[in-house]
Parts: sequence; C-alpha cells; structure tokens
Amino acid sequence: MRNPLSKQVVEIKPSGIRKFFDIVSEMKDAISLGVGEPDFDTPWHIRDEGMYSLEKGRTFYTSNAGLKELKIEIAAYLKRRYQLQYHYQDEVIVTVGGSEAIDIGLRALLDPGDEVLIPQPSYVSYEPCTILAGGKPVIIELKNEDQFRLTPEQLEESITEKTKVLILPYPNNPTGAIMDRSDLEKIAEIIIKRDLIVLSDEIYSELSYAGEHTSIASLPGMKERTILINGFSKSYAMTGWRLGYACGPKEIIEQMIKIHQFAIMCAPTTSQYAAIEALKNGDEDVAQMREAYNQRRRYLVHAFRKMELDCFEPYGAFYVFPCIKEFNMSSEEFATRLLQEEKVAVVPGTAFGDCGEGFLRISYAYSLDRIKVAIGRIEKFIFRLREEQKQNDQE
Amino acid sequence: MREKILRIIEKNSRIDLGELAILLGVEEIDIVNELAAMEAEGVICGYHTLIDWEKTSIEKTTALIEVRVTPQRGHGFDSIAERIYQYPEVRDVYLISGGYDLLIIMEGKTLKEIANFVSDKLSTQESILSTATHFILKKYKEHGTILDKKSTDERMQITP
Repeated sequence: MRNPLSKQVVEIKPSGIRKFFDIVSEMKDAISLGVGEPDFDTPWHIRDEGMYSLEKGRTFYTSNAGLKELKIEIAAYLKRRYQLQYHYQDEVIVTVGGSEAIDIGLRALLDPGDEVLIPQPSYVSYEPCTILAGGKPVIIELKNEDQFRLTPEQLEESITEKTKVLILPYPNNPTGAIMDRSDLEKIAEIIIKRDLIVLSDEIYSELSYAGEHTSIASLPGMKERTILINGFSKSYAMTGWRLGYACGPKEIIEQMIKIHQFAIMCAPTTSQYAAIEALKNGDEDVAQMREAYNQRRRYLVHAFRKMELDCFEPYGAFYVFPCIKEFNMSSEEFATRLLQEEKVAVVPGTAFGDCGEGFLRISYAYSLDRIKVAIGRIEKFIFRLREEQKQNDQE
Repeated sequence: MREKILRIIEKNSRIDLGELAILLGVEEIDIVNELAAMEAEGVICGYHTLIDWEKTSIEKTTALIEVRVTPQRGHGFDSIAERIYQYPEVRDVYLISGGYDLLIIMEGKTLKEIANFVSDKLSTQESILSTATHFILKKYKEHGTILDKKSTDERMQITP
C-alpha cells in the first residue's frame, strides 16, 4: 500500500504539551498548575440561556457568519470595551473558538512562500497553522529582559520582502506579558510602513491587570490591516462551548467566511445563544473573575520573589513564567523532576517555542488553596535543588 | 479598597492579614487600619462562622415566621421589631414588603420549643395580628455557600 499521509502534515511536530500531558496522566495524586483554561464554571445565567435555547428547539444551523443578534452584540461589546467600530453585517464572523479564527485567518491571507512573523514563546497553534496554510513561519524570540514584549527593533530586523503577516498574541499565553498602548504605537508605525497584516489574538483581553487592554486595531491606520481575534473561552469561562470570533476588513472577513462555510458550516448554535447572554449581562461576572485572578497573580508573584526565583511581573492572562536557568537544567527536566519528586505539574516553557527554554509556565487558574499547596511543594523542591548545587560546588 | 477587603472577608474572615495585603497589592498596615475603621463605623458587625449544624450532634431547628403587625404611632414598625429581636432565640428580624410585615428567623432545639415561643411570646403581643410559622426541612445553600457540594476539577490536567 502506498503511504497514505501528507508529507506536510507528517512533518509538523506534535504539540510539546501533549508529551507532558501523557506523563502527568500517569501520575495519580499530582497537583496540576498546568491548565490553560479558567477554573470557574460558566456563569449560571449563561448556561441557563444555552439550556433554554435547547428547550426552545433551537437546534438548527445558523447563518455561516453567525447569528445576527450575536454579531450585533459582539460589535457593541468591542465598541464599549475597546473603542472599536466594526460593522456587524460584514466585518464580524463567529467561529469555533479563537483557534478556528487563527486557522481560517491565516488561510485567507497566505499564499505559498509568504512569511509569517510569530513571536515566541506563544500559543502552540500559530506555527502549524501557518505551515498548513502554505506560509513560512519566521520566529521572533522574545526576551525576558523586554518582559516578553515585541520590540520595534526585533520586528524591524525580522521583516523581509516576503513578510506578509505578523501574529500579535497579547495578553500572552504562556508568559502573561502584555503590550500597552505606547508599546503598540511603536510597532504600529513599522507595520504600516512595511505594509504588514496583523493577526491580533486578543483572547485574553479581559484578563489585563494593569489598566484597560488596548487593541492594536484601535490605533490610527491599523483597523484596515488587522484581523482581531477574540472569544468567550477565557473571559466568560466558556472553553468547552467552543466559541470565538474574528473581526476585520470586509474583504478579508468575506474570504474567511468562505473557508468557514465549507469547513465548519457554522459555530455551535447553543453556544451562540449562550454567548448573546454573556455579552448582554456578563460584564459583572468578568470583573469578578478578573479580580480573583489578579489576587492569585499577586500571591504567586510574591511567593516567587520570596523564593528568589527570577520572575518578571506578568500583567495579563493567567500565567506566570518564572525563569529556572539558575538550576542548570532544561525546562523539561525541571518539570519532570518537579512532577516526580513533589507531584506538581507545570508546563515546560519549551512547549511554546524553543526560546521558552529555561522557563516554566505556571497557571493560576486554580483556587488559592490549591495554589498554596502547590507553591509549598515548589518551594521545597527549589530549596533542595539549591542545596544540591551547593554540595556540588563544594566537591 | 474597602469593597475588595469586604468581598474577601465576607467569604473568609479568618484570612491572614499579611496574605490579604498580598492579594490586594497593598501594605498590611493599610488593611489593619481599614478594618479597624470599618469596625468602628459598624460596617463590619461581626466575624461569624458558617456551620452546617446537620453534621453535628447538636439538635437545632430553624423556622421562618411571618408576622403581621399593627404599626404604632410615631414608631412605625421599629418598636415592635425591637420587642421581638430582644429574644436571644430570635436570630434575624427583617421588615418585609408584601403580604406580611416582619420576617423572623428563629432557632430552637425542637419544633415544640419554637411552637411554644410563637404561641406564648409572639402571638400574645398586642400589636401582632397574626403569625405563620414555616419550619426549615433542609438547607441547600446558606450565605452564598452550597452546603453539600463536593467540588471536583473536571479539567484535563495539562492543556495549552
């Protein structure tokens, strides 16, 4: 029999997270700080609205781009929160999570050989989606000393004649980094000058802890060259509902709808009805969850400072990204030993790009009680490692 | 800051003040001062414990009593409420809009003890027109806490 597989697909590396997941699953009583989704349940009034839509028999396809009422609410939300003006009729598409929006966004933009700038460490799907869309990923390695922000210098030197798209993942998973208005203004100038398109993944926009999040699409001259991606997973604790959206220039959204209609048809109907309720009456839920995350964030950063672990203060998402280079071992080795010796699961930074080496992603989408137990164990582990090092030095 | 402190201690009044300061990103001394001020102002009226008495060997019966009263000239409902809330077995007293006037929540050891209280102490008062007593059979949720909830983490242990 002939080889049935596509070479391109076979060549794509499986997610680094997958491998670690398998190890953790074997471990029975491990405490995990390894998830990338909220610990809260979806607020009841949102779930209730989803159930009500089922009771009403709203179990059919919606139009490809999503329910009109939902698109109206999305446009109203983006205006209310981020001063963005999108027309619901032709500048909004409802997708199956932010993930689908990333995929179809790239597919709508790329021709073979087009280069896509991907700042890393970042979410695992940008690189494979770029390859599958025929593009060429060009990695920009973000630095701890820049608090993992994309600097204008780094951007400038990564651009070639073939560069077409910049992926802008802020607030960032896994680093927790944000880019504020002045950071964005500096890179916007280059983006406009070099005529790039931005795929701005703002799925964590509601989880910003240093003032309001700024969307790059709200800067002058940027809306017409930005695909804005957002969704309900992180802000409303709705990961399993699989619902996100993309907004952008009509010409791009039109092509994205085309791919979406053939590949997906439409986003889940029940989820769309629940999401209308989320946008209409969910602001208070979001504020409460943000405050809870922020408290845990402060607790974790404080705990790491006390341990004298090198850790910049992250102001976004629900991750801290401490540096473990002092221990002279790889992230994976550190994470594996931490799991085996103290039964705490964290994700090695390398799961989010090679430049994540020497870092760990620690999620605070957990109750404070659980975080405390885990932190106690991490502290014990680090203490032991430092003792070991001291002994080695003496020998 | 007040609101944030209150929201946390409403759920956990035993929280360590140093930890509270870390969570809110302020100095511990500010928390101490703010708490003292709120106690003095009567914003914070006490630090209670939420107990599921069902799980203890102590017998406890709780009843909601609806009371209709004749308001008194010059005092409205306040003076009659005061006469009622003086009884230690009365846990809560609220003035209510709607079909009746006062809602009393009271605790006793037995059904009979509560029934006696209603017939001897409440109904006999001049300004009380009528009472209706409802005994609580089961508590599902109290002070925002679901009493018998076992929380399990349904999430996968590692996700991107």
